[in-house]
Amino acid sequence: MFEQWNGFKSGRWQDEINVRDFIQLNYTPYDGDESFLCGPTARTAALNGKFSELLRQEQEKGGVLDIDTETVSSLTSYAPGYLDKENEIIVGLQTDSPLKRGVNPFGGINMTRKACKAYGYELSDKVENEFLYRTTHNDGVFRVYSDEIRAARHTGIITGLPDAYGRGRIIGDYRRVALYGIDKLIEEKKKDKVALASGNVEAEEIRRLEELFQQIAFLGKLKEMAAMYGYDISEPAKDSKEAVQWLYFGYLGAIKEQNGAAMSLGRTSTFLDIYFERDLKNGVYTESEIQEIVDDFVMKLRMARHLRTPEYNELFAGDPMWITEAIGGMGEDGRTLVTKSSFRILNTLYNLNPSAEPNMTVLWSDRLPMAFKRFAAKVSCDTDSIQYENDEVMRPVYGDDYAIACCVSAMRVGKDMQFFGARANLVKLLLMSLNGGRDEKSGLQVAPAGNRFEGEYLDYDTVLSLMDEYRPWLAKTYVKAMNMIHYMHDKYAYEKVQMALHDSDVHRYMAFGAAGLSVLADSLSAIKYAKVKVIRDESGLITDFVTEGDFPKYGNDDDRADLIAKEQIGLFFEELKKIPTYRGAEHTLSILTITSNVVYGKKTGNTPDGRRAGEPFAPGANPMHGRDASGALASLNSVAKLTYDVCKDGISNTFCVVPQALGGDDETRYENLSSIIDGYFGQNAQHININVFDRDMLIDAAEHPEKYPNLTIRVSGYAVNFHKLSKEQQREVIARTFHCCI
Amino acid sequence: MSTVGKIHSFQSLGAVDGPGIRFVVFMQGCPYSCPYCHNPDTRPFSGGTEYTVEEIVEKAKRYKTYFGEKGGVTVSGGEPLMQAEFVAELFEELHKNGITTAVDTAGVRVTDAVRRVLRSTDTVLCDIKFPSDELYRKHIGTGIDTVLDFIEECNKTDADVVIRHVVVPGMTDSEDSIKQIASLAKSAKNLCKTELLPFRKLCEQKYKELGLDFPLADTPECDADTIKKLYSLI
Repeated sequence: MFEQWNGFKSGRWQDEINVRDFIQLNYTPYDGDESFLCGPTARTAALNGKFSELLRQEQEKGGVLDIDTETVSSLTSYAPGYLDKENEIIVGLQTDSPLKRGVNPFGGINMTRKACKAYGYELSDKVENEFLYRTTHNDGVFRVYSDEIRAARHTGIITGLPDAYGRGRIIGDYRRVALYGIDKLIEEKKKDKVALASGNVEAEEIRRLEELFQQIAFLGKLKEMAAMYGYDISEPAKDSKEAVQWLYFGYLGAIKEQNGAAMSLGRTSTFLDIYFERDLKNGVYTESEIQEIVDDFVMKLRMARHLRTPEYNELFAGDPMWITEAIGGMGEDGRTLVTKSSFRILNTLYNLNPSAEPNMTVLWSDRLPMAFKRFAAKVSCDTDSIQYENDEVMRPVYGDDYAIACCVSAMRVGKDMQFFGARANLVKLLLMSLNGGRDEKSGLQVAPAGNRFEGEYLDYDTVLSLMDEYRPWLAKTYVKAMNMIHYMHDKYAYEKVQMALHDSDVHRYMAFGAAGLSVLADSLSAIKYAKVKVIRDESGLITDFVTEGDFPKYGNDDDRADLIAKEQIGLFFEELKKIPTYRGAEHTLSILTITSNVVYGKKTGNTPDGRRAGEPFAPGANPMHGRDASGALASLNSVAKLTYDVCKDGISNTFCVVPQALGGDDETRYENLSSIIDGYFGQNAQHININVFDRDMLIDAAEHPEKYPNLTIRVSGYAVNFHKLSKEQQREVIARTFHCCI
Repeated sequence: MSTVGKIHSFQSLGAVDGPGIRFVVFMQGCPYSCPYCHNPDTRPFSGGTEYTVEEIVEKAKRYKTYFGEKGGVTVSGGEPLMQAEFVAELFEELHKNGITTAVDTAGVRVTDAVRRVLRSTDTVLCDIKFPSDELYRKHIGTGIDTVLDFIEECNKTDADVVIRHVVVPGMTDSEDSIKQIASLAKSAKNLCKTELLPFRKLCEQKYKELGLDFPLADTPECDADTIKKLYSLI
């Protein structure tokens, strides 16, 4: 037994890698209020001032402060970097200087080259030459893509596939570094490798043996990286500061190695709380010192950056990393997993100003302690920086030690991984079905030519049967693309650090996505309940519609429209499930768009619901802007009808409400906000982003950015600094429904 | 057989008309014509859509998960107590379904139907619009005794009472006026609070759409500081 574990209750976690067991045996639930919290120390304030100045310079330089075009990002390729070496408590940067971005061409050298150019840099010959004889993930994928997949990608019926950058969405169990130290983790991996080699060895086993080799090698590199900063992480962390530092080194190694779209943190605050409580009890640290460590850690997370192209920013606006931290929730034994550190991590939004990162995600249950619910609601009202996810629908599936990757994707920490897969545009599926497999914008034959709509007025049954004809094609094309992408990613850009921090035997999900659900539901509702006449161009392509009469719209708690949405999403998922996946991954589906709802809209023609070509879709599972006219709760009720069983990768809903509509005074607002979340989740809904502000403020912020430097808003599964959005994206956010009362 | 009510509209998220989260039913028709009325479209007795008690109870039940311990249904308007029989039946039905009830009223002449409503009301939100009979007659077209008698009737029940008063600059914002309102409010036995609501002009557009003149078009909105200052007096 390690002496670093003194004071902890013994259990199975000492004989096997089992962080959950450690937490369950040692954590202290907290049902008190926030009065114990400490504000920022002078040191924190000074460091944060320094960081804010760098942020200002970064913004001034068009979003990127500096790029190291000479060095390929890896765990040990940069000299140690500091924000303020003398005063930092938690150390470690991705490159040798704060906010300087490294290049990571393993996903695809093209993207790297383009990204450098976009910000006025040139990728060095050194890196170009290095990759001349090296296959990237992107090279691999395009070697095998079929013409059909290329066409589907080109027309945008499938968009945002991770075929040119890191796939992300994998959460290493970074806590293991702190609890066990690297040597123990290597020892366990070596045992797994020996065990695997002793059985039958065929292609899959050989692949896994090589992966284990790489995991072990990179655990070694993680140690080297820490040593460069003067730390030996061979053994477990001995106190609060080391626990945070060790854990952060794990995360830092991952983001040096990988530039995945979403690089989430996991579920760390309650784990760390155990170290904090032990040190507070023994007088090693004071509350103020503990908060200082947490503040410093969060400041480091806020400095994480990846180099992206402008096209990428259109899909995922605002430079997000999705450093998602899952907070709170309930344990399987009925005790809450809320600890004092659940408060401390939220408190960083006060101590360091509101911010988009880390992506604060409260796992909500109606049984959470009242004081924590109130505090979270208060933080939402004050900072608009929290998203809420329903622990009561996720815990039964994943147990009580799961975390959220990206926005809404739940996974058991260290036990599940996922193959991320962007999304298919279901609105284009409708239009393509009417047009016999042709793209409604370009006229290209994308799906094999089949039946098309021949009449003048659309009738519901005919339209549904045409969709039934083309949906299998879309599902098959989509699954094939995903299989190719993830085969190549495993082959050429395998996540060595992150997978080293998983059990060797992992469960894999393949996470599909759907976009445009509300437009699809409203369009089908128009076809069913109003009269929709088609308009064809000279080539016979249906390019527009004339809709006469009113029709029920998704978002008004009206089953006539809502159940169409539910049915369509179910049909798509059933179709996906029929196609086998790479490595036997379990199919899942999300209704989440990030900010790509704008791009999806751009790529989609006129629709029968009256939406004009090019207009943005609603984000995620949201009803279309302005059409949810029956008030906020009716809108929530509609989204709540989509079932988590079908969309286990998450159902994102972004909710904007003006402060006055929540009540006349602050306390009433906190209480009512908490009731709204209880009510929504009481119907088994999964996710809600909460924004509490009025439209006028956003309009003012769009015109006078200097007045609102820290304005953070929740968009779709993540938070973003409002000023990092493009003008077009800002307009879309301003156009959203703001629930108010008059 | 179910009584039918004339409804103007519904608001699924009401957080300012009674305790907690409320499903608000705006009823059609009001006999008064307050100069600052913010729902002029609910005033005519013609118009509105007919709903049965059952239909509204079904709608309200859809929001039950949001209500928690405090929330429930509020009937507003218009003047909901002009359709007192309907409201009474609705409230009785809501109580059977475990949903709390509130009525947002300007106070009306007490009838048997009104008494029946009050027996099933958990919270009465009652306006006292002016501090004197003279001003009541001038602006509202009825005497102040209507609302005072109504409050007297509320005192015979266990319903919580919230007295509400719209603060209009230059009309009802003097310190004296506010103090008088506060002292009238104390006639309510179960008074929970006296709410001062700032006069707003969000309704101007509605007047325009209805082709009506907004009588207070030239009056400025009441700012938050004034409200804060006036609250300190009561």
